[in-house]
Amino acid sequence: MKAGTLRQILLITDGCSNHGEEPSAMAELAREQGITINVIGVMENDVIDEKGLKEIEKIAGSGGGVSQIVYAQQLSQTVQMVTQKAMTQTIQGVINRELQQILGDSSTIEDLPPEKRGEVMEVVDELGETSKLEVLILVDTSASMKHKLPTVKDSLLDLSLSMNARMGDSRFSVFVFPGKRKDVEKLLDWTPNLEALTATFPKLSTGGLTPTGPAIREALTYFNKKRSLRGLLSHDDEQYFEESM
Amino acid sequence: MMMNNTLRNQCKLQPGSSIIGKWNKNQYKIIKELGFGANGIVYLAENRNRQYALKLSDNGTSIISEMNILKSFSKVQGSTLGPSFLEADDFIKSGKQFPFYVMEYIHGHDFLRFIEKKGASWIGVLMLQLLTSLSALHANGWVFGDLKPENLIVTSPAYKVRCVDVGGTTLIGRSVKEFTEFFDRGYWGLGSRKADPQYDLFAVAMIIINSAYPGRFHKKGEGYSQLKDLIKQKKELLPYKMMLEKALHGKYGSALQMREDLVAVLSKQGQQKKTGTVQAAAKQPATRQARRSQNHSNKKRGGLFETCLLVAIISMLYVLYIYEQLL
Repeated sequence: MKAGTLRQILLITDGCSNHGEEPSAMAELAREQGITINVIGVMENDVIDEKGLKEIEKIAGSGGGVSQIVYAQQLSQTVQMVTQKAMTQTIQGVINRELQQILGDSSTIEDLPPEKRGEVMEVVDELGETSKLEVLILVDTSASMKHKLPTVKDSLLDLSLSMNARMGDSRFSVFVFPGKRKDVEKLLDWTPNLEALTATFPKLSTGGLTPTGPAIREALTYFNKKRSLRGLLSHDDEQYFEESM
Repeated sequence: MMMNNTLRNQCKLQPGSSIIGKWNKNQYKIIKELGFGANGIVYLAENRNRQYALKLSDNGTSIISEMNILKSFSKVQGSTLGPSFLEADDFIKSGKQFPFYVMEYIHGHDFLRFIEKKGASWIGVLMLQLLTSLSALHANGWVFGDLKPENLIVTSPAYKVRCVDVGGTTLIGRSVKEFTEFFDRGYWGLGSRKADPQYDLFAVAMIIINSAYPGRFHKKGEGYSQLKDLIKQKKELLPYKMMLEKALHGKYGSALQMREDLVAVLSKQGQQKKTGTVQAAAKQPATRQARRSQNHSNKKRGGLFETCLLVAIISMLYVLYIYEQLL
């Protein structure tokens, strides 16, 4: 099996959206396009309310990804863990589909005897190590996130450190919402290295609205643009993993 | 974290209860909980009067990766660093499947507790052992990854360092996925998370630093200068200063090179102690007489020193004599 490109959106937020489209609907749209959405809810002294919790779980559920609520201090480990877990989950989804085609009915990796499962997991780990990875990071910069932003920045640097240690290429881009004039603002274009964040992140101004749905929709077009542009220029028939679990 | 809570509830087994594997049909009686990690709970279990460590998880995939590592670990010749692997199976509980694997039960104290009880002089000796084991592991193409005192067990009666959690073990050249910030060179800004022998050697240096700072500390500003300052502030770390700095910077080509430097530090410490007593004896001629009856060893060592000096002078004269004859 050839390693393809895993595409993820990582949404970092601390509460509920209050503007624009339903975020989970947009997450469903992402999944349709083979893009996984992971959501991390960051708490500090505050606690995320029931409504916020539900929304976070729902977005990741619809987006075929992983969600996790953490205190700001644990953000670095969590960002890495969530990204890794979602990668494994996506690859497993692909392998499960293949297994079902070969073995029929509803066989999954879990149904195999431990020995065989071990062999399959070796393939999954291998693909996780060698696949290309594209992560679009969406950071909520509404007012309550303000003092969490330095921690967010550190955890993103840490993420690029972990992902760049893999054998496959990794690329990141960073968007914040709400933007100055639009719902979303691009902070950093596709790059393997997030070091450039150090300069731009502290200058961020925080806003009042939380347009999570529109932010996801906008982020998707960014993936799409890139793909069609690439297709035009290089005609590469790169393989994309598509999530269906 | 929330995840751990749900995990703990789902994989919770009462002491005295038994589990039977779905595939191999072996029965294990749960004796007690030994600990829990990110991927599951480890129990002390018994099968046919023999004790094992049994890890039960609700996450099928990560425990399988771990089992793969443990298996390849067992194949590493001459390395007794990790526990040996016995079997893997599934446990069915109220319709849900929980994978588990069984391994050797390594019994002993964890590293920091051992040092606390037996004294700091053991740090060097145990680290020598660890470096030897690591060098065998590296030679087989693996890096341990998540090296930390909690994962090190000192067995008795023959004090030997073993590792209990091999989940972070990574093929050289791949990315380390399981690590602990304090022992991770990436966290300190001193290198990547790509698995190479230097990654483990960095962690060994941090284990030594940790033994002088049991409470650990967080990164503040520039990682290296902070660590360097903290090494200087503890007198028990001073003898290791050069070695620690080299390991933190990834300057050692192999675990054996670091081991050589550690041997040098330890033998130097031994020598300093010895010459120290001789000097003390020589400095106090007045009390020496009075002490003679109590302090036989000192007198003997003094006598030995004099004999050595005499032999040295005579042989030097002899060499000079031969040299002159040859000319």
